[in-house]
Amino acid sequence: MQIVQRRPGSPRWAGAGGVLPILAILGVLLILVTVRQPDFLAPASLMSFLGRSAPIILLAAGQYFVIVSGEFDLSVGALVTAQVVVAARIIDSDPTRTWPAVLVLLGGGALVGLVNGLITTRLRVPSFITTLGMFLILVGAVYLWSNGAPKGGFSEEFRQFGRRAVEDVPVLGRVPYSLLVLLVLAALAVLLTRSDFGRILVAVGDNPRTARLSGVRVRRVRTIAFILSGLAAAVAAILIGGYSGVSFQAGAGLEFGSITAVVLGGVALGGGRGSVVGAMLGAVTLELLFALMNFYGVSGALRPTVQGAIILFAVAVATRRSSSR
Amino acid sequence: MTAAALRSARRSVPGVFVALALTLVVGWLVVAIDGGQLFNQSTTVSLLHVAAGLGLVAVGQTLVVLGGSLDLSVAYVVSLSTLVAAETMNGRDGALLPGIGLALAVSAAIGLFNGLLVTRLRINAFIATLGVGLLLKGYLDNGYDGPAGSTSPALVQTLGYQRVGPVPVSFLLLIAVTGACWFVLSRTRFGHHLVAVGGDPQVARLSGVRNDRVLVTAHVICALCAGLAGIYLASRLGSGAPRVGTEGLYDLESIAAVVIGGTALAGGRGGVIGTVGGVLLLASIDAIFNQLEVDAFFKQVIRGAVIIVAVAVYARRTLRKAAW
Repeated sequence: MQIVQRRPGSPRWAGAGGVLPILAILGVLLILVTVRQPDFLAPASLMSFLGRSAPIILLAAGQYFVIVSGEFDLSVGALVTAQVVVAARIIDSDPTRTWPAVLVLLGGGALVGLVNGLITTRLRVPSFITTLGMFLILVGAVYLWSNGAPKGGFSEEFRQFGRRAVEDVPVLGRVPYSLLVLLVLAALAVLLTRSDFGRILVAVGDNPRTARLSGVRVRRVRTIAFILSGLAAAVAAILIGGYSGVSFQAGAGLEFGSITAVVLGGVALGGGRGSVVGAMLGAVTLELLFALMNFYGVSGALRPTVQGAIILFAVAVATRRSSSR
Repeated sequence: MTAAALRSARRSVPGVFVALALTLVVGWLVVAIDGGQLFNQSTTVSLLHVAAGLGLVAVGQTLVVLGGSLDLSVAYVVSLSTLVAAETMNGRDGALLPGIGLALAVSAAIGLFNGLLVTRLRINAFIATLGVGLLLKGYLDNGYDGPAGSTSPALVQTLGYQRVGPVPVSFLLLIAVTGACWFVLSRTRFGHHLVAVGGDPQVARLSGVRNDRVLVTAHVICALCAGLAGIYLASRLGSGAPRVGTEGLYDLESIAAVVIGGTALAGGRGGVIGTVGGVLLLASIDAIFNQLEVDAFFKQVIRGAVIIVAVAVYARRTLRKAAW
């Protein structure tokens, strides 16, 4: 895992390539879907698919910043759950509390990221353990705070981000708000990776020692990466809450989902290699995989098996490609 | 390098045991003030039972972590092993050995598969074992809605409930497995190679270690330990339980116990004795809170905080040593 940090050349752990492998996998899955469901590529269904996938794509982008800097964030799923439950209780079906609640969520996400970052960088706790502890704390705290059953409810203003859309757009038809949020934030994420900060982040993940010696404030850079992941979780929580309502299961499994998406997208665990576009494409692939299983009628219980097999296959292919280059 | 690693492993042992002693003293005081008794027969026995289950998984996990890998599939291996054992035995004492043998064989096969994915296909261990975990989850979700099979009564009476004084047989099993792993790590060629591979894979390879073979073996041993934990749980519950591994959070908690026990997550440093200390620490905290009748959710919050704090304290100690 962290071996890559010290020895970027180590072939066993090298998992990074360009976006080509993930585009190939995405292409194959798209063909399989359209064979079964020819109108999947029609604007209407494509738009709603992308809108539904927006939360996991954003989480993958947030997770990318953390992973490329050489760390992990296992707390995002629990953070999403906590945020959804907290938002419902704050808003309590009162429309006037919508915007304050959104601010609280963004602030809370940034705060959790900051704490993750400070514990990891200042107290030198491996991020795997820091964020695992945060995961337990958040889940426990949110159950404790709500006595085991979610309370309150969302206002329509809050839910619109996750479930409403801009109607009657020429050609495209119905464009979900969540897709617009995704496009804006994805553009920001790409700009961020092209900026000095993005380059420094990759340098820190590739070799923290060299980065430090060239004057990079490694701890600060990594802490910012955790904050970005926390913010991504906040936005994802707003979209998920809007789309599917309050539940303790809102964020279940999203930490592994986002990490899987990032790795599928050709980003090396251990840091230093990969692109945010690849990470987001990885998330699209993962969601497409779920859609595919829907269309092919794979039973709910068997899904994890198919998902696991395809992830192993895809990552093996991606790794093989990059190591033969 | 190996010698240095071993020395640091030996030095790291007291840390977690000091924390354990402190926890027990403070816990005993708090429980006493609360009007209870921490060290009565029943709490001690249940503490050791909790430690035995998590401990078996965590000791196996220590080996893969030492080698610079990790295994996130153990929770599902535990569940699967309870089912294989209980369904093969089907309540008959005559099928005791075939049941145990088959459960261990299935576990070893999964460990072999994990090891080959990590070494031959060079899939990152995090993703490889997560993927294998998903494969098993699908099989379990698809095939089982609830408990299945029935553990042989002889096994339930011995491994499940028999004890020597306050010490359950299952905890003695943990001690035996830990002793065997300690011996393998500190006295055999495989153990030294494993630590070398975890410390620096390239140096190990250049020194003639067959990295892949060593890592595959570690993965097989880890899965065998998880399988053994499954057999223990089947003997405790009397049947196979398809969700017992994930509900117990054995995957993440075993890794937490390994790290609390002083093994470096990046590999190459640590040992199984510390891991048992980490497991006992987690189990003691559990026992203390049970005794105080603390809310289950609050317990989880504290658990999370303790894991972070324990590792932070440990990181400080190594930091100070590094400065020397």
